[in-house]
Amino acid sequence: MIEMDYDGVLSEKVRGIKPSGIRRYFAIAEEMEDVISLGVGEPDFKTPWVIRKAGMDSLAKGKTQYSANAGLSMLRSEIVRYLDRRFNLVYHPENEVLVTVGGSEAIDMCIRSVVDDGDEVLIPEPCFVCYDPIVTLSGGKSVPIPTRAEDSFRLTAQELRDKITDRTKLLILPFPNNPTGAVMRREDLEAIAQVLRETNILVLSDEIYAELTYNGRHVSIASIPGMRERTVVINGFSKAYAMTGWRLGFAAGPEPVIRQMTKVHQYAIMCAPTTSQYAAVEALKNCDDAIQMMVDEYNIRRRMLVDGFRRMGLDCFEPEGAFYVFPSIQSTGLSSEEFCEKLLHAQRVALIPGTAFGASGEGHVRVSYAYSLNHLAEALKRIERFLHSL
Amino acid sequence: MKSIMDKLLKLLQENARFSNERLAAMLGITEQEVADKIEEYEKKGIIKGYQVLLNYDKIQPEQVTALIELKVTPKRNLGFEEIARTIMMYEEVESVYLMSGGYDLSVRVTAKDFKDVALFVSHRLAILDSVLSTATHFILSRYKENGVILYDEPVDERRGVAFL
Repeated sequence: MIEMDYDGVLSEKVRGIKPSGIRRYFAIAEEMEDVISLGVGEPDFKTPWVIRKAGMDSLAKGKTQYSANAGLSMLRSEIVRYLDRRFNLVYHPENEVLVTVGGSEAIDMCIRSVVDDGDEVLIPEPCFVCYDPIVTLSGGKSVPIPTRAEDSFRLTAQELRDKITDRTKLLILPFPNNPTGAVMRREDLEAIAQVLRETNILVLSDEIYAELTYNGRHVSIASIPGMRERTVVINGFSKAYAMTGWRLGFAAGPEPVIRQMTKVHQYAIMCAPTTSQYAAVEALKNCDDAIQMMVDEYNIRRRMLVDGFRRMGLDCFEPEGAFYVFPSIQSTGLSSEEFCEKLLHAQRVALIPGTAFGASGEGHVRVSYAYSLNHLAEALKRIERFLHSL
Repeated sequence: MKSIMDKLLKLLQENARFSNERLAAMLGITEQEVADKIEEYEKKGIIKGYQVLLNYDKIQPEQVTALIELKVTPKRNLGFEEIARTIMMYEEVESVYLMSGGYDLSVRVTAKDFKDVALFVSHRLAILDSVLSTATHFILSRYKENGVILYDEPVDERRGVAFL
């Protein structure tokens, strides 16, 4: 018998992917008593009752089969209506929408459908952690574009232009941004669009936080002239409707791209969970008020945290979207990781170092406000005590 | 402005110890506006006081709380007012509500033990002219009080999914 040699079996690409750098640090936090975490990036609200009810009703009626590969037809129609109503985007439900297992799967399908060996993908950083590994698995090369606090963490046309090469195929546009809370305004998007219209680059616009904005409505780059045909809009139900565990998202974009994505999706997943799809129909139809209630609540917390950090003497960029603040801790002289580790040990508050979201996150920490006000108030008190002790 | 002020009341209900400074930041208004508004609410009697929320299960010596259902005969011209006024003056009584449905008044009473509550019901409530009947229900355990969960460690199932 030959002994198994796992290294000989496992994919080199997969083995080459770095495990998340702060897993060790979170393992410490899990072991400690009385830790206050501001680390989690999902809503603390429960899915609105009517949505849960719709999911249960579908189960009671025995609607437990696969749906169409691209998703229930009635859900795709509702998605199309929703995108038009909320973001002035016009899509055809038959061949321009794909219902996926969370926004994450839509991101995966899009990158896999576009990227070949050696292709370059532009990724503004700091950003959500999944883009780079998927690009790598697809044989592509991630090209980070650092964004800065002095630019309000927005992607500028100049920085974009500088990074474009003959091999550039895809631009990830992750706004409203996790972890910075930055948003792109219409004029920022127009400047970007002006660059992109002269290229054959596709945009993956990750708009999962589109409903969570605090100074005016989110603008999708696909609504800018000439951009609809070069953009895949990705959104989902997790953040807006507090439906993370339902695993449901969608992509909307030009038919040729959606067709290829649907093909990969069909082989990889078959279809998104049917129960979740029925629940999502209800979400899109009847839950605008629930979204507003949650946005109002997040907004109060956001202001409290920005004010709290500034009073402690930390530079704190005012986030305009998502549910994170991204204060600078440079004045402490510590690196992001040192800051988080020391804070955890000294005061038992768990934050996430900015470097978890790309090298340009150095000097910052991510603070989630998907927590109750009293929880946040206690955390602020502890962080302030920590700063005084330095 | 109206909705901001509604939110101010909601925030105070959630935690009456938030400083005016912090409330101002949360609502995006000035500290002075917060102070003025709170004063106005107090003057108008919209805010009737600031109390501490206790977990009685942890307090020694232990106390007992009972919800007492009363059926009463309303008085001509006065309805339930007169009897309610009499009952609410007893200091053991924490709350008095007029109810719809199977009985008329709901009275919450806290005392040092079961016997005390029993004495209160028999000596002070049952003897009142308008009281037709009483039904006393003792609280055995408190899980949630005024919107606050009294467990020490609510389990956060979200631990460990930090990145999403």
